[in-house]
Amino acid sequence: MRFADARLEPVWDKIRSGERLTRDDGLLLFGTDDLLGLARLADHVKSQREGDRVYFVINRHITPTNVCVLACRFCDFARKKGEAGSFEYSIEEMVGLVHEGVREVHIVGGHHPDWPFEYYERALAAIHAVHPGVQIKAFTAAEIDYFYRRWKIEPKEALTRLRAAGLQSMPGGGAEIFSARLARELKYTGKADPDRWCEIHGIAHSLGIRTNATMLYGHVETLAERVDHLLRLRDQQDASGGFLTFIPLAYQVGTTKLVPRQTPPTDSLRTIAASRLLLDNFPHIEAYWVVLGEDTTSVALHFGADDINGTLEDERIQHMAGAQTPAGLARAQLIRMISDAGKTPIERDALYNVVQVWN
Amino acid sequence: MLEQIRDKILHGKRLDRQDGRWLLSEAPLLEVGALGQEVRLSRIPEKRVTFVIDSNPNYTNVCITDCQFCAFYRKPGDPEAYTLTVDEVLGKVEAAAARGATTVLLQGGHNPALPLDYYLTLVRETRRRFPRVTPHFFTASEIQTMAQVSGLTAGDVLDRLWEAGQRTIPGGGAEVLSERVRRRIEPKKGGPDAWLEVHREAHRRGFKSTATMMYGHVEEPDDLLDHFDAIRELQDLHGGFTAFVPWSFKPGNTLLEKWIKHPQGPNAYLRMLAVSRLYLDNFPHIQASWFSEGKRTGQIALHFGADDWGGTLFEENVHRAADYVNTITVDEIVTLIREAGFTPVQRTTSYEILRTF
Repeated sequence: MRFADARLEPVWDKIRSGERLTRDDGLLLFGTDDLLGLARLADHVKSQREGDRVYFVINRHITPTNVCVLACRFCDFARKKGEAGSFEYSIEEMVGLVHEGVREVHIVGGHHPDWPFEYYERALAAIHAVHPGVQIKAFTAAEIDYFYRRWKIEPKEALTRLRAAGLQSMPGGGAEIFSARLARELKYTGKADPDRWCEIHGIAHSLGIRTNATMLYGHVETLAERVDHLLRLRDQQDASGGFLTFIPLAYQVGTTKLVPRQTPPTDSLRTIAASRLLLDNFPHIEAYWVVLGEDTTSVALHFGADDINGTLEDERIQHMAGAQTPAGLARAQLIRMISDAGKTPIERDALYNVVQVWN
Repeated sequence: MLEQIRDKILHGKRLDRQDGRWLLSEAPLLEVGALGQEVRLSRIPEKRVTFVIDSNPNYTNVCITDCQFCAFYRKPGDPEAYTLTVDEVLGKVEAAAARGATTVLLQGGHNPALPLDYYLTLVRETRRRFPRVTPHFFTASEIQTMAQVSGLTAGDVLDRLWEAGQRTIPGGGAEVLSERVRRRIEPKKGGPDAWLEVHREAHRRGFKSTATMMYGHVEEPDDLLDHFDAIRELQDLHGGFTAFVPWSFKPGNTLLEKWIKHPQGPNAYLRMLAVSRLYLDNFPHIQASWFSEGKRTGQIALHFGADDWGGTLFEENVHRAADYVNTITVDEIVTLIREAGFTPVQRTTSYEILRTF
């Protein structure tokens, strides 16, 4: 491989020989002008792992509530109880949202001040009872941590009880960006910090619960903070091994306006590619169409991503922050995004078992 | 294959159809893109990306050509048909000039009721009243229409336009310069020979023009190569083309819609830009069309061999008729180019640099 930026050559040598990339390598990946050189490295790694396969899932987002005790400065989703625009779903309503054909439900919501842990437990049990074939992916590490802060239920107990109620896997949200500086500046100190976030994922992994990981980027973080975030996730994966997918989340400007504009697609492509290269122990890297838009998502399948998430049906968190994408997409549209990139669409379940190959 | 092509390019050898076919259909996208960008940066070493402040009004939507891909035209006598007076068109030029436009790209349908003098007056009066605006008027097929209504040759019409003060012509209406495609989508238009003849005659007289291509409908890779070969050969003769501007077909509200449901996507577009940069070795500029492909894909395209961002298009009606709407400001263009990692530079119609941001 030849590079416009010759500094990428030693990185290519390391990749070929299976040597792990360093923090300095990570800084180079985020700093180089040679966007397509970076893409070719990431595409090489992605192709070695997955060939032309790109995954998607028929899934349903359920957002039990946006009532939240926190006030993170990047969040357009949270409301105080009783405030205009706040919502709270009953268990019956949540069960009713899941229909035939959905393979995964994704349940993430606000840190509700009053709902007891048992409410969540009963919600999962009710969904599971009515839809036993649907895989439940529920509650970020931040929410699991909140169950401890609010109700003094240890994460191990919470996860064990939730699993008994039907939980199969955990989403990767609530990581935001691992930085004490930004936690103070953006007022998310009341949330699981990086150690706690990683600890909870480690506990989940030890219980056999597979999880995802995210990173909120494109606001006021530095590139070094992105690299450190990725390396922290890599360390945790070395220790506990249960991460399935890494999902970089492009910050949506909405009304929180930490920066004037959403980060450009070139930055998102760079972040996906650098993640694929640094997270050498993560099975999957996702291009999340909700935050990227359909066109950039399709291009991202050449930049190291092998997953585009799913149909969602009713995405709330990014859309309340002004995401311009639709709240859900049909299977045909997901397949089109993948085949437009010349890749093979693979419909999967929550655990990456193949449901169907779409050619 | 890639190495062979790279060697050819580095040694200044021209790519042939076999190379082109491979690049268009089989070559790995990122390799084509990286090579396209390498060539772009060797030809224009500065990381500048040019743009023009322009407007794209129309003087008539009356047209007798019935192209299957067009949502803009109306037949003569249609209740939605319109033709603007000279004063009305000049009003649009004035509005564009007031917003800082240096280019007005004026085009319209093929309206047999308009005399040659109408067109000449538009050019002359634009030059006289708005000296800072370049009249970038009338595509090849409109010039053919003028020749027919006036009984002159296209060359004669070009002479008259030159006398009136015109120096550049837009490259629209080329679609895909292939006989097979023409028979399918535009049987009543003059076709590849007519488009090429007008541009050849224009370049001989010292006009500059652009070459466009609208792909993503009924064409095969060989049709695209016919197009590339034809404009590359013509460029060898006079060097009159400033830029190549491909865009993907938008099927909304057209007669082709029922056969072609989806426009080709961003990956096909990025490939098209990179391949055109490699194959059209005598074209100075390759334009990324934020307008037709979206701003985000436009930004990505600057890494796939394109060095121009097109224009502000203050007024645009042809895509709008296909339910495709997109708008931009100068500030936003400057921001978008910078975000993508390049230096924004304002240019004229003929690519002279006016201002570096």
